[in-house]
Amino acid sequence: MLSKNKNNNSTKIPLLEVRDLTKVFGTLKANDKINLKIEKGEIHALLGENGAGKSTLVKMLYGSLQPTSGKIFWKAEPVSMLSPFQARATGVGMVFQHFSLFESLTVADNIVLSLGPEYSVEQVARDAEKLSADYGLPLKADSIIGDLSVGERQRVEIVRCLLQNPQLIILDEPTSVLTPQEADNLFVTLKRLRNEGRSILYISHRLDEVQKLCDKATILRNGKWISECIPKKETAASLATMMVGEDIADIKRTNSKSKKQRDVLLSVNDANLEQDNPFAVELKNIHLEIRSGEIVGIAGVAGNGQNELFSLLSGEATTPKNAISIRGKQVGNLDVNERRQLGAAFVPEERLGHGAVPNAALTQNMILTRHQSDKVAFKKYGAIGYIWQEMVTKATKRVCDIMDVRKAGEDPVAGSLSGGNLQKFIMGRELDRQPSVFVVNQPTWGVDAGAAQRIRQTMIDLAKSGSAVLVISQDLDEILEMSDRIVVMHEGTLIEAGPAHSITREHIGLLMGGMGQQTSTTDTANKGATNAS
Amino acid sequence: MRLELIKRGNPSKTFSIFSPFIALLLTFVTGAIMFMLLGKNPITGLYTYFIEPLIDPWTREQILVKATPLILIAVGLAVCFRSSNWNIGAEGQYIIGGMFGAIIPVYFNEWDSPLVLPLVMMMGMIGGALYAYIPAILKSKFGTNEILTSLMLVYVAQQIVDWLVRGPWRNPAGMGFPGTKDFNESAILPSFYEFGDAHYGSVFALIAVILAWFFLSKTIKGFEINIIGETPRAAKFAGFDVKKMTIFAFLISGALAGLAGIAEVSGSVEKLDDKLSLGYGFTAIIVAFLGRLNPLGILAAGLILALTYIGGEGAQISLGISDRATRVFQGLLLFFVLACDTLIHYRFRWVKTVDNISGTKSGEGT
Repeated sequence: MLSKNKNNNSTKIPLLEVRDLTKVFGTLKANDKINLKIEKGEIHALLGENGAGKSTLVKMLYGSLQPTSGKIFWKAEPVSMLSPFQARATGVGMVFQHFSLFESLTVADNIVLSLGPEYSVEQVARDAEKLSADYGLPLKADSIIGDLSVGERQRVEIVRCLLQNPQLIILDEPTSVLTPQEADNLFVTLKRLRNEGRSILYISHRLDEVQKLCDKATILRNGKWISECIPKKETAASLATMMVGEDIADIKRTNSKSKKQRDVLLSVNDANLEQDNPFAVELKNIHLEIRSGEIVGIAGVAGNGQNELFSLLSGEATTPKNAISIRGKQVGNLDVNERRQLGAAFVPEERLGHGAVPNAALTQNMILTRHQSDKVAFKKYGAIGYIWQEMVTKATKRVCDIMDVRKAGEDPVAGSLSGGNLQKFIMGRELDRQPSVFVVNQPTWGVDAGAAQRIRQTMIDLAKSGSAVLVISQDLDEILEMSDRIVVMHEGTLIEAGPAHSITREHIGLLMGGMGQQTSTTDTANKGATNAS
Repeated sequence: MRLELIKRGNPSKTFSIFSPFIALLLTFVTGAIMFMLLGKNPITGLYTYFIEPLIDPWTREQILVKATPLILIAVGLAVCFRSSNWNIGAEGQYIIGGMFGAIIPVYFNEWDSPLVLPLVMMMGMIGGALYAYIPAILKSKFGTNEILTSLMLVYVAQQIVDWLVRGPWRNPAGMGFPGTKDFNESAILPSFYEFGDAHYGSVFALIAVILAWFFLSKTIKGFEINIIGETPRAAKFAGFDVKKMTIFAFLISGALAGLAGIAEVSGSVEKLDDKLSLGYGFTAIIVAFLGRLNPLGILAAGLILALTYIGGEGAQISLGISDRATRVFQGLLLFFVLACDTLIHYRFRWVKTVDNISGTKSGEGT
């Protein structure tokens, strides 16, 4: 009720307005004449794919980047945000996607550090606890950050932001690190903030969230302003089309028959992996079995051991011999090339610097993973290891044609390809070998929707031809769409969730959050929300 | 206002190729200015430095003699540097190579056989490789910084050889001068012609350049070297072993530095004395980078660096310019090559830091 009044009063003077904002990095126009208008008391979505220019835009609003040209108006007055400090003083607060918290300090310490030395820890601790209770974001000021869950750490960031009493709060993909239940709690808080007359700029590429939560949406594509709309009046499909710029093909898949009698091609039997650095996740009692023709999806919030699992399977990290088997052969102690020679193929999460070498040509990247498995085709003269360039070029061309890799020139360096095209190349490089075991980590991360669909289709086709496919992904939709069977990864362990057709999103969400603990936090947060309303 | 370096979209291929020549030209121009400031005729100065040594057959030979160790060492360093193994101690490996090679001529001074020379050369390579193995094994087993260990081992090597030629290996008939007995004829790397200075070490350098070029650009091992240096994580994913590569690169580089050492001892000095360490191992670092870690580039860079040495000696005699000027020329050359490379890949731009600050002020007023 309050919010409606505010809305009516301020229609003439938006809280924040951006006109023709442009930011150029070298030869790349990251933002090209962007317009944006945020009214008082609205949740405004900034919608776009990875690389559409969302982060660049908000960094300019928050003063951590300076625009090349264009103007920013705050309550109709032109302003320039020269630093985050000035942005905060103006009334803009920001919650980053990647948290900037000191893990060994308490919640109150972390907040004081950002406010400045004139505040006392005791005072801030009291304020923060009161504020967090008011907004249904329960926090204890003396908890150590390192002991908190990702969702709780985000609360710290939000409370820290709110203590400065901002009028505009920018949230950069806040749900990307949360379980569905945690996300629902966050939405309750955001709606309360709106009802107090604060404005929220909500960055996301998740359409359902935007439709559920946001009053307005500005859509960016390739650094350009595409349109402003009211998400509730749009369909998910029409929003997606604005975001992607093309209609997305549906995945074709045939329902698989019983796979019980088929051979197990990849099996992990009680594998453990210790941390090799303080940021790594320890893997505990990993069990996994994938049969011929089967696609198994591993869901989970990022940082729960997915990358460690990948290196365990690829052989970049080794285990006792009997912990892993590929096509019935024990391979735990074998390196990545020996596993490839048994018919396995791997696609890591990071394309540049792991799956491909940015400054090397595509033909060289072709050799990168195939110099042993295809040594007969790619090398000559035995021990000298002369590279048979003609054959490598032929294979590269074949892969680019089949996968529709769009590139400038005949053999450009991998780094010059767009994310989607490079991913298509990397997938094609491995699929070209027709692997019988295929392990992929985040197959469509940062890839535009058209390419993503193509990439998923190739994996489904591969499974259909009798290979075993393991897909590790944070994208729950992708997992649900592709998998025969779903396994959830949580804090370094795997939890069997069951066949994909008989499983609900909520169930996966609970498993992703580590079931027991999750239900209790949901309860408290809901209670807080009820009290508030 | 501030100056920014902006990356160019597509750097010019032509300029990339000609960059070393542009750098050379700029070095000449700056050199001419330097001669003028010293009160010398710049034309005569440049002529003495860069042309005269090329005309006289004797100085041409000297250039070859100087360039040989520089090229041999720099080719080995290219393998190291490309794979991100920072071997700064080639000078030490060069010295120990010379010392190892001298073992046979010192202890079996009378042995006369066609086998002796190949054995002496092999010993030199083994010595250099073994000495390079120390920082390599320290790095791969214990993670020790190879820059420090390889550099410190240079001074150890200098002391060892100094002690040997003054102590146990000193020629009793050498009138008290430090140095071993002169090598037997069959342990001496022959010159191209009688009484000439240029010896077959130059041929070794040329062979090393060609082999290294083939190896680095055409084989899987060369590919591995480049990938490990550039993107270690992708190299691991390709199944390449970073630790084995460290050992491999140091062994190759040490062997080539050792060969340069023994070629110098056996081909030029014809005995081991206390003046072996002339800093070739350090100058070769400049040669390696001037040649862009490419063996063919190193061939040219080694010859140019050798030219500045010989030209500097000539200028010292005929013009009375300090031999420090040689160092200045080498420094200028490296500076201009790096500057040219930078400007090929980046361009300058003036950036206005703030353009609508007045707007803020008026905003605050209201």
